[in-house]
Amino acid sequence: MIARLAMLALTCLSFLPAPLAAQEATARFGRGDTPFLLRSTTDIAILGPVIARFAERNPELTVTYEQWGSNALFDRSRADCRGEGPVADAVFSSAVQQMVWLVNAACATPYRSPATEALPETRRWRDELWGVTMEPAVVVYNTRLLAGDEVPRSRFALLDALRAEPDRYRGRIATYDIAESGLGFLFAYADSLEATTFGSMLEAFARVGAVATCCSAEIIGGVAEGRYLIAYNVLGSYVATAAAGDEVGTILPEDYTLVLSRGYMIPRGADRAEASGRLLEFLLTPEAQGMLAAAGLVADMAAPETGLAPSARRSIPLTPALLVALDRNRRAQLLTRWSDAFQRAQVP
Amino acid sequence: MADLLAPPRSLASRVLGAVLVILLLGGVLVTGSIWWNGQQAARQSYDRILLGAARDIAEAIRVQDGAPFVDLPVSAFQLLAQAPDDRIYYAVHGPGGELVTGLDARAPVAVPEAGEPGVSYFEASLHGEPARFVRLTRRFVERDFSGPVEVTVGQTLRARKAMTTELMLNALLPMALAGLVLMGIAALVLRRALRPLEALSEDLAGRDPHDLTPMPVAGLPSELQVMVGAMNRFMGRLEGQFAAMRNLIADSAHQLRTPVAAIRVQAETARAEGDGATRERALDRLLIRTRSLGRLLDQLLSRALVVHRTDSLPRVAVDLREVALEIFEEDDHATLSPGADLRLEIGEDPVMVMADAFSLGEAARNMLANALAHGQAPVTMGVAGGGARAQLWVEDAGPGPAPEVVEKLGTRFNRSSGSGERSTGIGFSIVTAVAEAFGGRVDLGQTDSGFRATLDLPAAPGEETP
Repeated sequence: MIARLAMLALTCLSFLPAPLAAQEATARFGRGDTPFLLRSTTDIAILGPVIARFAERNPELTVTYEQWGSNALFDRSRADCRGEGPVADAVFSSAVQQMVWLVNAACATPYRSPATEALPETRRWRDELWGVTMEPAVVVYNTRLLAGDEVPRSRFALLDALRAEPDRYRGRIATYDIAESGLGFLFAYADSLEATTFGSMLEAFARVGAVATCCSAEIIGGVAEGRYLIAYNVLGSYVATAAAGDEVGTILPEDYTLVLSRGYMIPRGADRAEASGRLLEFLLTPEAQGMLAAAGLVADMAAPETGLAPSARRSIPLTPALLVALDRNRRAQLLTRWSDAFQRAQVP
Repeated sequence: MADLLAPPRSLASRVLGAVLVILLLGGVLVTGSIWWNGQQAARQSYDRILLGAARDIAEAIRVQDGAPFVDLPVSAFQLLAQAPDDRIYYAVHGPGGELVTGLDARAPVAVPEAGEPGVSYFEASLHGEPARFVRLTRRFVERDFSGPVEVTVGQTLRARKAMTTELMLNALLPMALAGLVLMGIAALVLRRALRPLEALSEDLAGRDPHDLTPMPVAGLPSELQVMVGAMNRFMGRLEGQFAAMRNLIADSAHQLRTPVAAIRVQAETARAEGDGATRERALDRLLIRTRSLGRLLDQLLSRALVVHRTDSLPRVAVDLREVALEIFEEDDHATLSPGADLRLEIGEDPVMVMADAFSLGEAARNMLANALAHGQAPVTMGVAGGGARAQLWVEDAGPGPAPEVVEKLGTRFNRSSGSGERSTGIGFSIVTAVAEAFGGRVDLGQTDSGFRATLDLPAAPGEETP
């Protein structure tokens, strides 16, 4: 495992000027003759072992794993779809609304197998997009600074806490910057559809000067250090893998918990679509699902495990209705509401 | 040659083939109609969904800071997601054609020129897939913005095709089943209907070629009864002809043997006699015998002819008076009994029967000859009509033959030895044969003025003027 991870080559290119934002990091798995390009929004450290196992099973492949920001990956994929660049063999993104957009724009290749057809309706669309993981959007808190009854178990509890002690939480609530993070936007959009709490949540966040920042790691790190008391709508899998230790506690909000299924897509014109199909098959095998579960990407949402009622589970279905999340008017409106409520986090 | 060798197709296979063709043709027609209906139904339902979504979106347009702004409703997309696997297109354009919002400004759809304002549907390609679109216009008249805003919503056709196919299969499968069942029923019914024909064929195939007895018609369908009836009549006639031929041969043998033997004896006697007077007498007798033989031959042939004619010739309307008159005016009886007192008794009105004039004439001639030969003068021939019967009669003043002779009259071999060389016995059998052939009878009986023989026939339906 360590040996395989040693091949991982991290490259930071964020300072380079480029027409399209490029990948954040790249890793290679396997030494086969056939190159295979996978673009993903998932951290290499998290998905790496699964891909390494896949490369082991398919020795003829050299898998190049590119880690991207979701919006940058969306731009890249759209450009690829217009024929402007080398097309990836598979795209794996948490910003599923963007994946739905790509499928709707005929940027994907269909694939069918018994394994894909066994997926529930909410986790596949047109046989061109498949939800491979199951990850809840959670509230994260610092266990040292918040304890017992102070821990908000639902959005209402959080709202009450913010209202009761605004000074205590001032500047110490964090969430994704939805302008930068496709995933953050998706969660905010999904919240906005549950309109009752979303409006008051924004108001409360604005009152206490909540911080919108960019990355899962940064947010969880901040909570662990105690810079933030609570982080809202963080993808549970990042918490599980951030190795934040005892400092970080996780809550599945009891009013409702959003559950995301990362979208896997085979781009149209992929050179090795056949291998892409094999990777999809592999990701759906019990073995890979077990590895994903160990990495926190497949959460066991069964009620006794999490204390979450099935009725509080809100899967984000892979349907064309997600296109609304990308509508420019709608997006402008949501961003306006959002930026009214948030101030940009001061980069420490 | 090939089609001569090919076995003929059975009636059942012909009818079943025709039924199959009819069912198939019907099936094709109904399939076409179902497909068309299914397509219309799918188009209508999904067009409504499209229109509903477009209306939702149009409703959500509002004017904000002097520009149209769409708060895109999720409900519109949930509506469109009724077709779960179809791609979606939407775009909202301002008065100048500028994009207010839409899916992808870089992938425009070939929108036809707006014809009339309001709702219009069109078909175009969406990312290379055929799709259907609806376009509707909402007009704004506000202080800071006025003009039409156009909403276009489109969807690919997968769900429509799936619905068409499903509707078609749902309708076709029961129909195909019904077709099969109908075919089976048709085969059963056909077998049942053709069973009498099969039985008939078997009967015919197993029949002795010399067997001319009629075939049973009981239980046969009416069409077959006509056919079998005709065949039975034909066989009956054939049987009759055979019988007539046999009779002619038998009669000839029977009737001719004795006179020819007698002639031979008399001829031998005449030759043996040297004496002139005895020789003369023998020659006279020979002459009488020869004449008698000639008459006998005439009668035999006439009888055969009558039997043949009554069997084979069509019946025509004949006036019995004319028959009687013709016989009366002939000279035949004059040679038979010269100077006989002969009278004719006919009325003013025609007496019509459906028969053969020649046969009737033969009958009348023989009746008259019998009366002249065996009865006593005067002999009267007459015709009586009226009602459903018509009669031709001959009466003489004598007492008639003895009752035991009357009993035997009409059969072919009644030529008793006592009847003498002038009697043939065949004459009366001709009368009987004619009566039978035309559905009549022969009555013999004593009247006030003598003995009368009557040929009684059914009158022709409808009195015709000759």
